[in-house]
Amino acid sequence: MTTTDIREAPGIGRQTEPSTGVAEAVRLVGVSKRFGDVEAVAGIDLAVHDGEFFSMLGPSGSGKTTTLRMIAGFELPSAGRVILHGRDVTNQAPFERDVNTVFQDYALFPHMNVADNVGYGLMVRKVPKARRAERVAEALRMVRLEGFEKRRPSQLSGGQRQRVALARALINRPRVLLLDEPLGALDLKLRQEMQLELKAIQLEVGITFIYVTHDQEEALTMSDRLAVFNQGRIEQIGSPADVYERPDTAFVAGFVGTSNLLSGAAAEAIIGRSGTFTVRPEKIRLADDEASIDPDECSALGRIRGVVYLGPDTRYQVALDAGGELMVTQQNLRTSSMEALATRGKAVRLIWKRQHNLPVEE
Amino acid sequence: MAVVYFGALALLLVSAFWYLDPATNTIVRSLSFKNFADLIGQPVFRTIVLRTLVVAVAVTIVDGIIAFPIAYYMARVAGPRVRAALFMAVLLPLWASYLVRVYAWSVILSENGFLSSVLNLIGLGGLSSVFGVSDVSMTVVFCYLWLPYMILPLYAGLERIPQSFFDASADLGAGAATTFRRVVLPLALPALVAGSIFTFSLTLGDYITPQLTSNSRFIGTSIAESVGVAGNVPFAAALSLVPIAIIAVYVLVARRLGAFEAL
Repeated sequence: MTTTDIREAPGIGRQTEPSTGVAEAVRLVGVSKRFGDVEAVAGIDLAVHDGEFFSMLGPSGSGKTTTLRMIAGFELPSAGRVILHGRDVTNQAPFERDVNTVFQDYALFPHMNVADNVGYGLMVRKVPKARRAERVAEALRMVRLEGFEKRRPSQLSGGQRQRVALARALINRPRVLLLDEPLGALDLKLRQEMQLELKAIQLEVGITFIYVTHDQEEALTMSDRLAVFNQGRIEQIGSPADVYERPDTAFVAGFVGTSNLLSGAAAEAIIGRSGTFTVRPEKIRLADDEASIDPDECSALGRIRGVVYLGPDTRYQVALDAGGELMVTQQNLRTSSMEALATRGKAVRLIWKRQHNLPVEE
Repeated sequence: MAVVYFGALALLLVSAFWYLDPATNTIVRSLSFKNFADLIGQPVFRTIVLRTLVVAVAVTIVDGIIAFPIAYYMARVAGPRVRAALFMAVLLPLWASYLVRVYAWSVILSENGFLSSVLNLIGLGGLSSVFGVSDVSMTVVFCYLWLPYMILPLYAGLERIPQSFFDASADLGAGAATTFRRVVLPLALPALVAGSIFTFSLTLGDYITPQLTSNSRFIGTSIAESVGVAGNVPFAAALSLVPIAIIAVYVLVARRLGAFEAL
């Protein structure tokens, strides 16, 4: 067992995250993972604060699940170190780490009832039967499944299985809970309910949640902070507002929200500066082409190529005269669907505040 | 097909209640329980049935113990190449004639055969008397013959267990031994029972291997003798109902244990 105190550990000065003075639950130092010729995780540094809801967001194959599995201990890093609460656990087995996991497929044991599934961690640790039953009842109460003890996993709905998996992972009272796309298999309505519930449970138990998802809305809704993964690297770490309003890179701008990029000649013509910029579609106002513009605004002429009516909003796809294309979202304050759809092909002027031009790295 | 199959079975059942008139050596086609009275009354048949059962159970247990690690290795540890090689190793013997394989083993196990030379060489010559022509040799040959039929369903059963079950068990604090006992074994049990149907019933019904490797009589050899030597077809029919009944009970129990979902 290689348990090293973090202060003695070599190479700790290399971390890129500034020290914030907040207690750290998880720290990854230069962690990478190769599977044969494929580099799933290409050297990431990351610090998760104690007690926060931290999301790892990215498309499939971006390395977020592999990173989670290395924190849990299911995969050993090819390089780098994993530190939990100041203890180097890089080479420790999953059961030696003070973390538990909620799996994407729930991984409930089909030959055990709900109570035995939830109590599995206690049974393995030889907690006496009476005490086990108490803790199981308590855990089931927390996920609002009282009275389900004797059911089999096959007799539960997807949402109920999800809750059982959560209760089972929390019963050992881990200091960090890892969740691997736990809501992926649920339908939209249930997913939104469970998002709020997960957040409530996290506040109640006060432990660190590390949440893997490819759903940007989910990550923005639930997280205190999030990391955006792309091709085995972290593109940006920050609060939801940071990542949404101040994306560092074109990838983040596109993945967290809609990719609305202005670059090259179009950027010079419209914004008056060279570089690549992103503008959030809801920051842009649609006006007719003779509308007046304030000095702190910029504008672009274009033609509406596509209209998608979304109920509360309408999304317009506008081809710019200066080249390129922008998406514009408008609330349907006074617009009916007929009016919105009738604008297809019209010449328009797009107007937005200069402060909403966000420079990004290509 | 069904008519032929079930017709033959029905005829078997009916003829078990006829009897051979010892005076005239002709089959009397009238209802009688004479065959069953003989079966229960004569100790030699009890011994034969018991011996057959004990060997079938022993073969099943030994095959289960040998097959489990092989199937586990194939399903969850080996890479694709090693797995393919092992599959070939398991399936290849099935391409050779059953008789050839039994003869080969009887040569290996015979009194002055390969095994006894090896045992003599390593100073365990005393052990060779266990083999030769004996029930132990017969059991060894049965274990060899039916091993693939245990490995294949077990492989399928073990391969079906999602990796996340192993991860979840380890995550919740279980070491490898606990995971095996609490998760792997219960989930593999239906497959194990499915395999045991083959090893058990194939042993129970065999009549060639006992003749070639042992001097003891089996249910199968006794049936063959009744028909071929004594010409007592009704008694053979009655005797054949014994393994049919045993296997029927076995299959019913196996179904309760979920063996048919595992196949």
